[in-house]
Amino acid sequence: MTFIRGYLIPRLVQYILVIFIGLTVVFIIPRLTPSDPVRRTIAQLRSMGSYLEPATMNSFIEDLNEMYGLEGSMLEQYGAFWVRLFHGDFGVSFFQFPTPVNKLIKTALPWTLSLLLLTTIISWTVGNIIGGLAGYYSRSRWSRVLDTITMVIRPLPYYIFSFGLLLLLAYVFEIFPVSGGTDIGRRIEFNLPFILDVLKHAFLPALSLVILGTAAWFQTMKLVVQNVNAENFVQYAKLGGVKQGRLVSRYVIRNAMLPQITVLALQLGQIFSGALITEIVFSYPGLGLLLYNAILTGDYNLIMGITALSIVAITTAILIIDLLYPFFDPRIRYS
Amino acid sequence: MKTLKDLFRDYRFAISFCILVVLLIFASLSFFSPYDPTFWGTVPRDLEPSWTYLLGTNSKGQDIFWQATFAVRNSLIIALIAASLSRVVAVLVGMVAGYKGGFTGTVLMFISDVFLVIPLFLVIVMLAMLVREKMTLITLGLLLAIFGWAWDARIIRSQILSLREREFTQTAVLSGTGTVPLVLKEYMPFTTPLVFSTLINNMSWVIGLEITLAYLGLVNLEIPTLGTMLQWAISYQAVLLGYWWWILTPIILSILLFVALYWLSVSISEYLDPRTRIQRVGA
Repeated sequence: MTFIRGYLIPRLVQYILVIFIGLTVVFIIPRLTPSDPVRRTIAQLRSMGSYLEPATMNSFIEDLNEMYGLEGSMLEQYGAFWVRLFHGDFGVSFFQFPTPVNKLIKTALPWTLSLLLLTTIISWTVGNIIGGLAGYYSRSRWSRVLDTITMVIRPLPYYIFSFGLLLLLAYVFEIFPVSGGTDIGRRIEFNLPFILDVLKHAFLPALSLVILGTAAWFQTMKLVVQNVNAENFVQYAKLGGVKQGRLVSRYVIRNAMLPQITVLALQLGQIFSGALITEIVFSYPGLGLLLYNAILTGDYNLIMGITALSIVAITTAILIIDLLYPFFDPRIRYS
Repeated sequence: MKTLKDLFRDYRFAISFCILVVLLIFASLSFFSPYDPTFWGTVPRDLEPSWTYLLGTNSKGQDIFWQATFAVRNSLIIALIAASLSRVVAVLVGMVAGYKGGFTGTVLMFISDVFLVIPLFLVIVMLAMLVREKMTLITLGLLLAIFGWAWDARIIRSQILSLREREFTQTAVLSGTGTVPLVLKEYMPFTTPLVFSTLINNMSWVIGLEITLAYLGLVNLEIPTLGTMLQWAISYQAVLLGYWWWILTPIILSILLFVALYWLSVSISEYLDPRTRIQRVGA
């Protein structure tokens, strides 16, 4: 009971508030722009040489206003914005004109999700295992070598690292395809060649995310293990003759895992934007590339859709990790 | 002097210090540049590196060497503006939320949680689209400063929280030390290395984000920075045309900068943190 009242309810309130504030920001920012998306659409149509009668033009403007959610006062727009959100409707994309934003996101989402899930799981596991071992045997040679390597990789931002990898492996050595999610013009079908093709194209973006992620996890885990290792209770257990295997798994790793779970929750947002940037570099057909095109064409509906979706997704993921935390750490009793 | 000598015993500090000094000299060379970095066509186009043009020239008819000096300088300026402003906020928020706690603390941590949880990159992209036309070095620095403090405020807060539970805090409070002297005298020595290493980390975050925003075309492309240099090289297809000197200059410069900043931050915080210092000496 104390858990529910003392922790769960405040945490849920916070969760809802964060989403509320985040989505309100998403609503406000585009409306601060001086340029009017409706006028821009019309200007673009004109520049393509189409001419409209004044009467048709007016009704066209009204339609556009409705599509962009720009009808009525700011408050009415805000209300309508939430109504649309609850229906999961983000309006029509501008850059692929009559296609609804939802449909574009739905096509791109599986690409991003699978890339992100896979790379996060791989790098978290691998990084923590190697990092834990390197921290425990921190005086050994291989541990130091690994440490130096990560010291070079770690500070590089996603964009520079993936671009460097692209230059090296796709242009200089031509091992991997330069861009795309599949070969150009390949239809989506579920057979072996198609899946192999997808994997071949996803390999470089995945590799750059995995290397960067692993380096980060390796380093924090190594540091944490080193610190836990120096704690009195570990020294005491060592002197008391606890077997090496048990010492590593039950005394050191178990205590060192806790901060790693928190950091996972906190870094989800960064991993997410890192994946977007990596996708842009490799023209991988996920949300990142969609976002890039939306930015280039000033497609606010689409940007709002992607941003709103990621706010909800990331806050929810963090909430879940937070709620699971007491199961990992018996010392934490939410009260 | 002794501190510096001790620090130089760490190879990472020595290397990163040298790289940064070289980069700083390189950046300050921009004051003696014979060309205005915003002009096009001041030199012949697409020349390979030679003695006249140390790093070659690009398709815009600019000398890459001098262009790069401006790029490093401007990237550092943006980073310094953003990182130092956000440090002030981070330290204040972290200390107040950590030590005072209570309602203020909850509200402050709530705000920083909002910043952490929202995909900032996307919000920054949206804001950058807004001010795209008026983007200067200072606006960009301010924009990134607004978003750069939350993570570090949390780190500082958690350190203060753990310090508050230590015995010496009890001793100090029971023997009548006031809040301000306690925070300044007892906690500052612990938090200074942290603040300093977050400052450097934040600088490299800012430089990285600037490069990313430039790639998306969301900064003023006429101002040479590491990001805009790379962006021009990519948009002129320097990769496909084989102008390696054009594409590699900003990449290598930024890798040097990132690695140097990071090593500096790690070595300094290790030096200042007695616990890891003991490990390093091997006692």
